[in-house]
Amino acid sequence: MLLEYAAIATMILVTALVAVIAVVLGSLFGPKRPHARKLLPYESGMTPIGPGTRRVPVRFYLIAVLFILFDIEIIFFLPWAIAFRELGWYGFWAMVVFNIPILIGFIYEWKKGGLEWE
Amino acid sequence: MDWTLFLEWLIKSLIVVLMLLVGFAYLTLFERRVLAFMQVRIGPNRAGWQGVLQPVADAIKLIFKEELTPGQVFQPLFTLAPIITVIPAVVVAAVIPWGPDVELFGRTIKLAVADLNLGTLYVAAVASIAVYGIVLAGWSSNNKYAMLGGLRSSAQVISYELSLALCFVLVTLMAGSMHAGEIVEAQRGLWFIVLQPVGGIVFLIATLAEVNRAPFDMPEAEQELTAGYHSEYSGMKFALFFMAEYIKMIAISAIAATFYFGGYREPWFLAGTWLSVDVNWWLGPIYMLIKVTALLFFMVWIRATLPRMRYDRLMAFGWKVLLPLMLVLVFVTAVGILAEAWWLIPVLSLAAGAVAVFLVNQALTKKWQRR
Repeated sequence: MLLEYAAIATMILVTALVAVIAVVLGSLFGPKRPHARKLLPYESGMTPIGPGTRRVPVRFYLIAVLFILFDIEIIFFLPWAIAFRELGWYGFWAMVVFNIPILIGFIYEWKKGGLEWE
Repeated sequence: MDWTLFLEWLIKSLIVVLMLLVGFAYLTLFERRVLAFMQVRIGPNRAGWQGVLQPVADAIKLIFKEELTPGQVFQPLFTLAPIITVIPAVVVAAVIPWGPDVELFGRTIKLAVADLNLGTLYVAAVASIAVYGIVLAGWSSNNKYAMLGGLRSSAQVISYELSLALCFVLVTLMAGSMHAGEIVEAQRGLWFIVLQPVGGIVFLIATLAEVNRAPFDMPEAEQELTAGYHSEYSGMKFALFFMAEYIKMIAISAIAATFYFGGYREPWFLAGTWLSVDVNWWLGPIYMLIKVTALLFFMVWIRATLPRMRYDRLMAFGWKVLLPLMLVLVFVTAVGILAEAWWLIPVLSLAAGAVAVFLVNQALTKKWQRR
């Protein structure tokens, strides 16, 4: 079974090779006519103002943290989904109990406005 | 371990990668032609018969274009980001079975690059990695639009990732296995889209958001962000982003076909005839091709039909509608399986879907009346 991961590694290598060849082809055959204007960042033709990377709205950070929480919850679902025919109703109720605290957190966050984009 | 094994991996990965690349080239043509057809235009039909040489012409044009690299970018990541975006888009297709086991040259060959036990988990994991390329491209461009596009895209992808991963949980529950081949075999009599209709629909919606397709193509909202995370890219590097997006479409359609539409298996009414995959193994890839093409047509159709969603609505839909709905569906499915009443699953699933639609309608009407 571990050998199957070597097959995936082969596929990653093949893909990386294709992508690198594409980048190299582009840089080999493309014309190069440098100009000072071409070095400016693209802002619809205006002269750019200020730095390109600025402070990021905290919402994105919040979404990322929430994603980690729920993603871990979902990863716990997968082994349960495999074994739950053996576990039966006991496993089902165990999963329900496991979900309650997360759901309380989800509702709290919803009511607090953590999911609003205003 | 012998060298033939390595050769087998190499040949299989080469075939899948080339298949996806050719598929990408013709998907661009397919999309343009179908969009044109839906908008009562003709579309590209000049290069070769019905425009079949158009993708070749596009590729040659892109190779001979000048690549601009603005001065403010972070060069190493700027060059790496397109490559990092392409790799997960292609590699996610590794676990998809394209047909049943085949006896060739005295050995059993599985028609999948890797025959992993952890199929659904692998797909979920690699789909999450796909966001790295977008974030890195947006950040390393050091451009306001690119940065915003990258951020929006990543937030959107990780939000819909949750619903998508819960769809994989549903499939795992119904099949009792994470192995892609066993999931296909479990759908021999009944496709999972019939058994779990709402789960399948949510899967299709989440895949649209996952690959940044209309109506969820926020990161590429031209009117607000020029081109989003690939604003600063040109030439072949831009082509790589384009390629990654379309290959993701193909791969995710193949995954949808495998998990919800019976994979390489024939439709139930053809079982037992000579059109069955059990009789002729080579029909497997053909059925897969038909299903993938149908799903891709569906994606293009949606793009031609629906306008782009507003970003706050998009995030609210992902978090407030799809996520609770999917959590309910997981428990509904578990109840149906444990009670050994298979008819219960579609009934309860449709009921949950109807409740969700009703609540969304209520919320939107209230918002509209308050105005």
